Parts: sequence; C-alpha cells; structure tokens
Amino acid sequence: MEARRPLNLLWLQAGSCGGCSMSALEHGAAGWFAELKNAGIRLLWHPSVSEETGAEVLEIIARIESGEEKLDIFCLEGSILRGPNGTGKFNRFSGSNRTLFELAASLAPLADYCVAIGTCAAYGGIPAGDPDPTDACGLQYDGDDVGGALGRDFSSRKNLPVINVSGCAPHPGWIMETLQALASGDLSAQNLDPLGRPKFFAAHLAHHGCSRNEFYEFKASAKALSERGCLMEHLGCKATQAIGDCNQRAWNGGGTCTHAGFACISCTSPNFEAMRNHHVTPKIAGIPVGLPLDMPKAWFMTLAALSKSATPARVRKNAEADRIVENPRRDK
Amino acid sequence: MNRLVVGPFNRVEGDLELTLDIDDGRVAEARVSASLYRGFEQILAGRPAADALAIAPRICGICSLSQSMAAAAALRALTGVNPPPNGESAANIAHAAENIADHLSHFYLFFMPDFARSYYAGEKWFPKIEARFKAVSGAAAGDVLPARARLLHVMGLIAGKWPHSLAIQPGGVTRALDLGEKMRLLAIFSDFRAFLEKTLFAAPLEQVVSISSPAALDNFAEGPGDFAAFLRLAKILRLDALGVLRLPLMSYGAYASAEGSLFGAGVFDPRSGEKRALPSADIVEDVAFSFLRESSPDPALATTIPDAERAGAYSWSKAPRLAGEPAETGAVARQAVEGDPLIRALLAQSAASNVFARVVARVMEIARLALAAERWARDLRLNESFCAHAPAPDRGFAVGRVEAARGALGHWVSVEKGLIQRYQIVAPTTWNFSPRDANKIPGPLEQALVGVEVGPAGAKAPAIQHVVRSFDPCMVCTAH
Repeated sequence: MEARRPLNLLWLQAGSCGGCSMSALEHGAAGWFAELKNAGIRLLWHPSVSEETGAEVLEIIARIESGEEKLDIFCLEGSILRGPNGTGKFNRFSGSNRTLFELAASLAPLADYCVAIGTCAAYGGIPAGDPDPTDACGLQYDGDDVGGALGRDFSSRKNLPVINVSGCAPHPGWIMETLQALASGDLSAQNLDPLGRPKFFAAHLAHHGCSRNEFYEFKASAKALSERGCLMEHLGCKATQAIGDCNQRAWNGGGTCTHAGFACISCTSPNFEAMRNHHVTPKIAGIPVGLPLDMPKAWFMTLAALSKSATPARVRKNAEADRIVENPRRDK
Repeated sequence: MNRLVVGPFNRVEGDLELTLDIDDGRVAEARVSASLYRGFEQILAGRPAADALAIAPRICGICSLSQSMAAAAALRALTGVNPPPNGESAANIAHAAENIADHLSHFYLFFMPDFARSYYAGEKWFPKIEARFKAVSGAAAGDVLPARARLLHVMGLIAGKWPHSLAIQPGGVTRALDLGEKMRLLAIFSDFRAFLEKTLFAAPLEQVVSISSPAALDNFAEGPGDFAAFLRLAKILRLDALGVLRLPLMSYGAYASAEGSLFGAGVFDPRSGEKRALPSADIVEDVAFSFLRESSPDPALATTIPDAERAGAYSWSKAPRLAGEPAETGAVARQAVEGDPLIRALLAQSAASNVFARVVARVMEIARLALAAERWARDLRLNESFCAHAPAPDRGFAVGRVEAARGALGHWVSVEKGLIQRYQIVAPTTWNFSPRDANKIPGPLEQALVGVEVGPAGAKAPAIQHVVRSFDPCMVCTAH
C-alpha cells in the first residue's frame, strides 16, 4: 500500500492568549510533536514552536496562497478582531501590512479543513466581552449567531463548516483527537453538534461524572468556596447547562474545575464572556434561574424538595465542610 | 542606513515585530511593536470585582496563573482577608509549577532552537546541537514535553486545570488537599527532579544551587546535560557580550508567605552594584508612542482607550517607567535583587545585564523553585484550612504585585459599589519591550539591540534572535 502523504497543518494565532497552544503542548505521553507525527500530521508552521521566523513565515503563507503548498488543516486560535471600524487593525500580522481578519479569510477557503481552536476562534470568547472593544467574533460565529468572520455559507474544501473545538482553554485531548480524526478521515458533518463542535466531547454535559455527584443528587450545597458540596445552588456552577466531557477526562493528570472546587463557567459555550458574578448563582425568589438543560422546572423543583428532605446527615454535614467530616457507614 | 522590518517574530508568546535601522552592519536604532490589542482593561471595568479572577487570567495562556495571583493579591488587599498558611503554600506551589514550566518551555522550545539553525551549520559543535535542539524534530523535545506535562499535573491537583483556573482566591485556594493528594504532589516533584537531574542539569539539584561563582559555573559547563551544553555554546559565541543593557533591574518579590518571600522585592542597579527598596509610587505609564489616547500616567488613575490612528505611534504597548527610567525585569532581576552571588557576579563583569546572565538566571531558578516547591508540598498541614472566606469588596483601591516567570506583574484596581471602576495591568514584557516614552527614551529591548551586529544575514541574523528571546517575551501580556 502506498504510504500516505502527511497532512500539512498551519496554526495561526489571532486575538489570542496562546492558552490553547499551551494546552496542546500538554498532550501525549511522548509529547505533542510525536503525537502529531504518529497521526500523520506535519506542522507546516506554528507560531510558538516552529523554526521559521519573519520573512520565512511570509514565504510559507505566500506558497499556500499561490497553491504551491497544499493546506490540509488550518487551525486558528484566538478571536477575529474586526475593529476598529471593520479594518482589523487591532490585530496586524507582524512583519506585514495584513490583518489576521483578512489573512484568515484568505487562508480558510484554501484549506481542506478549517478548525477553530478554543472558544475565541469559535464564537468570539473573552475579547468579545462587553463593551467588546475590538469587535471580536469567531471564524464562523459571532456569539451564537452563525456568520462571524467567514460568513454563514462558508465551507472548507472538504465541504465542512468550521470545526469548533471550543473551551477556554480546550482540553488537549479535544484538540488532538479532532486533528487525528481529520487525518484519519473519520470526522464528518454528522460528528458535529449544531454549533459546530465535535460531538465526542460536545454530546455530554460538564456535569456528567462530577465528583460532587452525590451532593447534587441530594441538593446538599456548598455555601462558600472550598466546601465539598454541590456548587450549583449557591456558587454559580453551570455544569448542568454546559457541554463538555470535562468530568469524564483527566485535566492535567486528574483535575477538573468542579473537582478543584470552583464553578463551571460554561467556557465551551458561545457568550460565556457575558456572565457576571461567576461564583454567585442567580436566583428569583430563592430558585436558581439556570436549571439543568432539558429538565422541566416543576419537576426539578419537586425532585429538589424531595431529595433535600431525604438528604442523609453525612451528606449534609460534608457539603458544608472543606473535608470529609463524616464517613459513609451502614446504620446499625 | 537601511530599515529592516522583522516579523512575525515567533517562538515568543504572542505577536511581535521589530523595526531595525541598520548602519554599517549594526543596529543603530530599534523599535519594538506589540501588534495585537484586545482591550482587557476595558472589558474588566464595570464588572463585579471578583470577576477579575475569571477574566484577568485569560489575558495570557502561558502566565495565566500569575495573572490569577495578581488579581487575587489586589482583591486580598481590598478585603483585608488573611489566607491560612496552606492556602498560601498551595497557591505558591501551583505558581512555582507554572513558572518552572515557562522557564523550561523558554529554554527548550523558544531559545535553544536558534542555535540549531543552518546559519551555524559550519561550526564544529553544530551537529550535536542540531540533533538535540532543532525546533519540533530535535531529540530534546521528546524529553521535555512529557516532563513539562507531568509537572503540570500539579495543576490538576491544586488548580483543576491549566491554563485558566478559578482556584486561586483572595483567601487561599478552593480545594483542601487530602493525604493521597499530598503524596501525589510529592511524587510529581520526585519525577520532575529526576528529569532535571538526568537531562537538564545531569547533577543533583543541591549541587546546582550551590554554584555561586562564574568559576564554578565554568567548571559545571564541562559536565553532561543540556544546561552545560548551553554554557559551552555561550562561551564560544560570547553571549555575555550580547544584548547588553545598563538599566535598573526590578523585582516585586515572589512566593510570599507568613515566613517572608522566597525572593525579595527591590531594585538592583547593575551600574552601581547597589540594591534599593522598591518605591511604592514612582511607577508611571507613558503613551507617547502607543496607539492609545493620553490618560493619567499614574496606573491608579489611568484609563485605556485605543486610538489606532494616533500619529507617531508604533506599538499597542504602553511605556512603563520607574522613577523616570525604563527598567528590566525577569529572572535575572529577581535573582540580582535577592542577592544570588552567581548572578550578581555575572552582572558585575560588565556592570550590565546580557543574554548570558538572563538565561543562566532563568535556568538556575528552575532548580531553586523545584527544591522550594518540594519543601512547601512536604510542609502542608492537612488538618488545617486552605481557604479563608472573604467578603466581596465594596469600594477602595489596591495594587496586586507578583512575579510572573518573565518578571514584575502588577494589577492596579479601583472598586466602587462592588464594581471595578478602573483596572490597569502593567506586565513584565510591558516593561522589557516598551516603546519610547515622551522623552524619546527607548525601552529596554530597544536599547539592548543597539550596536548588535547583523552583518550580511540582515533580519535573519541569529544575534537578533538571541537578544530578543533572551528576555522570554510574553507579548499577549504586554498590550493585553
């Protein structure tokens, strides 16, 4: 069988913090570079790690634009900054007079696959936070409105919309498994959710597998940070509304946001940057406003009341402590 | 005189462009430009004070936790909460892990690959250096990436994830560690020590931190290990005569606890060899050459309003000044201020900082921090609290000062009726890579580049690459 040509991957950073690249570099037992190679991906250029600099980079881009170099995968990290006044000047591509707004729009249609790495590139993210000083948006979305920098009708050469590996920052596995699936030809439009996110992580809620699960079931809630109880009722946790298999994966060897004791802020979602008071649950008449996705409010209230009344003393005590104060045991 | 524009300048964090005026094969004038503006100070204003803990870390993916620490320090000063010793230690352990990871990324991924470029192909030492340090394909990457990822398992235990965590709070950290987790922390530091003692230093850490003179360092250079390989190269290429800078070296002090800071705060002047206390005021930001509107020079009173069409401007970065002068910050400043005898001696040789001293200070700090973090983890007292509960601040003004890997990071925060009124961030590379100020005084890198020989290689001259990367710039923090 003929050996497959490695796929060329170009990674650019737009209005970015670089955190998605840092996340990718955490991937793999043998290191990210080895993983890419194993997946049959050649790093054409990446701003943080590649050798080429300055004019050499401009040459690589020129070769892609002239068709001399095939662009298989185009990854963009960071928001597209359209301002001021549509000029894109808040984010100039250093060494050139081009903006990332214009450059991304020029490169994306040349790529077989176009991948937005992180919530910024997908939907706008934190730079789009009020007052949105730079008119920031994602590649194919502006918040949850389809469109963004490339427009609603954009599709890459292989007829896919922009693939949105959202997250701030995304799990290294979300990035790498998406790239691997593209390289192996296993990712199609059916594998994406309605907001362009790969379903392998986006078909779950961040809540699934939360280590505070028992506290959630009994509505035994933490009242202050560092307590062990459920973070949803008082401390702003959005994990029952946010997509992501966060609590089914190890982050940095074994952590997750909720496991570490702070609220899920729904960083995989469009418009998460609009949230205020991240560690306070908004309530009306004492009832949390944001209830679990697809759960009828009346049912939730009934079940919550019922489970609160059935909460074992152990669970209630541990919920408001920073460590286990009462062990599980069978009543004699 | 001819003008070179160098960019995109990669293997740094973020977007960087240089404009170099070349006269007779040497840099006559340099201008440093941050080419990205996102407006974090505008985004922070008007939000509830505690939301700074979610927004500010996202300025930077490489020093995210340092941004958390600075925001938490400002809120701590506003609320008056006192974190328990465990809260301080756990935050310091996570902060040390980030700073070590950054130093490691800098040395292996950003800085050393420049010596593996074909420019040096004729040198006797080249084949070995190329095999080890070539960008992406060099053998070292296969050692360092797994070691870095393993070290960052510290974040899984303390911060939940990295980058971008909400675990660091004014009152401590959001999770109390248990016995198993303390043991896992210690196991991570054992694994990491093994990497350092086998690969980077090829010597026990205790021996590394005892190197206290240039002669002892020369002796160490004869050994195996990647640091020794760098030391030998530095000698051949005279990196101590490159990127020479005669400016005050400033540190805010790092890893504070009830027992005092691991690294003290202050200003060390390499010109006089004297150390002075860090002035509490005397820090201003100038925007004469920035794409920003004039505002108060005092970060406590300033607001940031972009002006992309400002005449004469060439960078989105402001120009911070300490008592009227630019200042250099980073590991070399931290170690000089702390009084490390090796770093003080390296600076004394030319009464200036330089590429060699910057890199040595950074790599030596890896050994110091790894030992300190191990000790802090061992000393955690698991039966005590990790977090004191802080009320939300209602009003007031405070400055949160910490040391990120790249140097002094400050958040100037005003709160009114619980909402952020003003938020000003002065980051390490804002200092190091500042543009000129109203007196036309160039920033530190702009000064360090003057006189550097580019020869026929022009913009590709490796000397330019070495000088710029010796500061380990973080451009996303610079203009935020």
